[in-house]
Amino acid sequence: MASGKEVDQTSGTETTGHEWDGIKELDTPLPRWWLWTFYACVIWAVGYWVLMPAWPLIDSYTKGLLGHSQRASVAESLAQARLAQSGFVRRIQASSLDEIEGDPALLEFALAGGRSAFAVNCSQCHGLGAAGAPGYPNLNDDDWLWGGSLDDIHQTIHFGIRSDHDDTRVGDMPAFLRDEILERTQVEDVAAYVLSLSKDVEDAAAVARGADIFAEECVACHQEGGAGSRELGAPRLADGIWLYGSTNATLIQTIANGRASVMPAWADRLDAATIKQLAIYVHTLGGGE
Amino acid sequence: MTESNDHRGNGAMRYPVGAALAGGALLCIFIMARTADPVMIVHGFLFLAFCAGGIYFLVRRTHALAPEGAADATYNDAVTRTGVIISMFWGIAGFLAGLAIALQLSFPALNFDLPWTNFGRLRPLHTSAVIFAFGGNVLITTSFHVVQRTCRTRLAGVIAPWFVLWGYNLFIVVAASGYLLGVTQSKEYAEPEWYADLWLTLVWVTYLLVFLATVWRRREPHIYVANWFYLAFIVTVAMLHIVNNLAVPVSWTETKSYSLFAGVQDALTQWWYGHNAVGFFLTAGFLGIMYYFVPKQAQRPVYSYRLSIIHFWSLIFLYIWAGPHHLHYTALPQWSQTLGMTFSIMLWMPSWGGMINGLMTLSGAWDKLRTDPVLRMLVASVAFYGMSTFEGPVMAIRAVNSLSHYTDWTIGHVHSGALGWVAFVSFGALYALTPILWKRQRLYSLHLVSVHFWIASIGIVLYITAMWVSGILQGLMWRAYDSMGFLEYSFVETVAAMHPFYVIRAGGGALFVVGALIMAYNLWRTVRGDLRNEALPTVRPNPAMAPAE
Repeated sequence: MASGKEVDQTSGTETTGHEWDGIKELDTPLPRWWLWTFYACVIWAVGYWVLMPAWPLIDSYTKGLLGHSQRASVAESLAQARLAQSGFVRRIQASSLDEIEGDPALLEFALAGGRSAFAVNCSQCHGLGAAGAPGYPNLNDDDWLWGGSLDDIHQTIHFGIRSDHDDTRVGDMPAFLRDEILERTQVEDVAAYVLSLSKDVEDAAAVARGADIFAEECVACHQEGGAGSRELGAPRLADGIWLYGSTNATLIQTIANGRASVMPAWADRLDAATIKQLAIYVHTLGGGE
Repeated sequence: MTESNDHRGNGAMRYPVGAALAGGALLCIFIMARTADPVMIVHGFLFLAFCAGGIYFLVRRTHALAPEGAADATYNDAVTRTGVIISMFWGIAGFLAGLAIALQLSFPALNFDLPWTNFGRLRPLHTSAVIFAFGGNVLITTSFHVVQRTCRTRLAGVIAPWFVLWGYNLFIVVAASGYLLGVTQSKEYAEPEWYADLWLTLVWVTYLLVFLATVWRRREPHIYVANWFYLAFIVTVAMLHIVNNLAVPVSWTETKSYSLFAGVQDALTQWWYGHNAVGFFLTAGFLGIMYYFVPKQAQRPVYSYRLSIIHFWSLIFLYIWAGPHHLHYTALPQWSQTLGMTFSIMLWMPSWGGMINGLMTLSGAWDKLRTDPVLRMLVASVAFYGMSTFEGPVMAIRAVNSLSHYTDWTIGHVHSGALGWVAFVSFGALYALTPILWKRQRLYSLHLVSVHFWIASIGIVLYITAMWVSGILQGLMWRAYDSMGFLEYSFVETVAAMHPFYVIRAGGGALFVVGALIMAYNLWRTVRGDLRNEALPTVRPNPAMAPAE
């Protein structure tokens, strides 16, 4: 219970005379540094309100003496960034892919832009180093599904593969088992034959049966001996490079259910100059033709 | 004393409360029979079990509701004893959930490709478990203890305090099970759906009434500062909760609802709520704890009564404006961002008022830090409070925020407040409460408190330093451009760069969990009445005062 004010021995300060469950309070004045820092913060805030957009009005707000606007400032820095690149970008727009590769300054710019655009847009599937992943081609090697020339790569990026663009690249690997074109055993035989093109397969009889079926069902796209066709996006089967994996089971899966992986048409998402830079970047990765 | 009132309250309230529980049970059965939503059936069972348990409690355990024996007649300690146990349970559950998601961020395979265990569902489970389950139960428990002691009167109501405690925990269980089953309204820290929100409103208003009624019949002329903070916390959280959760259910028998707000209004309402949950739940409420337990444990008077008044009112007035600083550089109008930022800066000193009052209360008792690890924990919490309430205004500055926003820096900031301030002050309070509530001579082991203190402190330091480095690195990588004006890094490169820091963070979290387990063991042995045979730290004589030889 309040027993009146008393002086605390340690601090020499008077208490307020209140007490709760043994807790008393000192009547210490506000620390000066605390109070002045508080005032300084308030003054700073008021100053900021005067200079910057701050208080709402009926149908507007106080604009502030500096006339700052975050929208205008974003627009301005975007415009500046665009301006800084505009010389190179205009030249890239006006030049052919070969001309760009032939001009060292332009090439340097295109490679920087291509690398950045690749990291942001392409690395999710193809990997940061473009080494690919099952279902997503490695872009560093010489094995191209649709061609490795500058123009081929550019077309692939521009229109995509099995994309929703009207001019997309399309190739159909049928689902031979699911659509009842082949029997289960026939699918296994074809798989044995296809495997035998790049490595030894023990079951020679199956390989022979598979070769016959291949000649009938597959050769139209994959060509004699599995040489592949870039016009149709039909992979080379004899080089030991596999998009979905090299096991017998994966091959059977591919033949049985077909494959139809998609690459988007980047023409719908990126501007023409960026697509050119991407084509050049991919072309220089190691497998460019 | 008001025992006669309690008897009357008991007799009078048992029947309407029983009838309400029976009615609630019927409503649950009705909804469960009509719903096509499996989660609603699960939650119907939970509410039904609560109603059945409540009726059993009213019928069979009337002695628990009567005022306690003569020795205990003054204070209702049974409800706070239960609260201490529940708080410790939720603390460990919440810390473990945090450790689990920290490990998931380091090693994504730990998501196990199951819907119930993925990060998206466990993350709100963690935040709600530590903030609302652990923090909320600590606040309810300590507020019930403090308001009785500082008003020198028994807690108002007989059934009501138990309803508040168990009703609040029903809300927690409904919320947590909902997250795991995929039910959320997708508002951060306000994820539970409309029916859980309605239930919490009922519980919270009862809490407010119990607290107000206890203050009303106090036998002290003045209301102690801790109670101002508790009351501000209870009143403001009620307001925040109701407004932010205004929503229209798709149907009365479905879990799904749609918010009354849309677009940037929704965002602003959400962060008005979210930031003030920090301000009034995690700051004002826990300052209430600090204002009672620090002077009590230090056995020193509170440093400055005037400072407590000024910083209380300036904190209350300024905090409520600061929410827009969560929406810098968004569609939120810039003037609104300005207000959020400037009010956050002005909030710096009002926040520090609590730190000054906490730390300076120690003047004349600093030597106790050597001998009393519970006080050391409380004081460390105040120091972390000071650090994070400085960091907060800094991060609210738009230019700083443009780097820190959306990065791990924010996570580190939150955890220096959550682990350092909220959890440590809660640990200190629970350590101080347990011997009092179970009438033990002292804690089972002060040595184990000290071990807990150091393990948890190292854990916090690992956590927040890892997140500072990671967050700033992340922010710098996101905005890095090469000399030709192209983005330097892809997003996935920034994710890969975070990996070592995520592992360190998980290590810090693991230490924090270990500390909490040590604490639970210590409290359990204390409750059992055991005393560890250990040399209690004694005050060393001041060398300057020692006689010359």
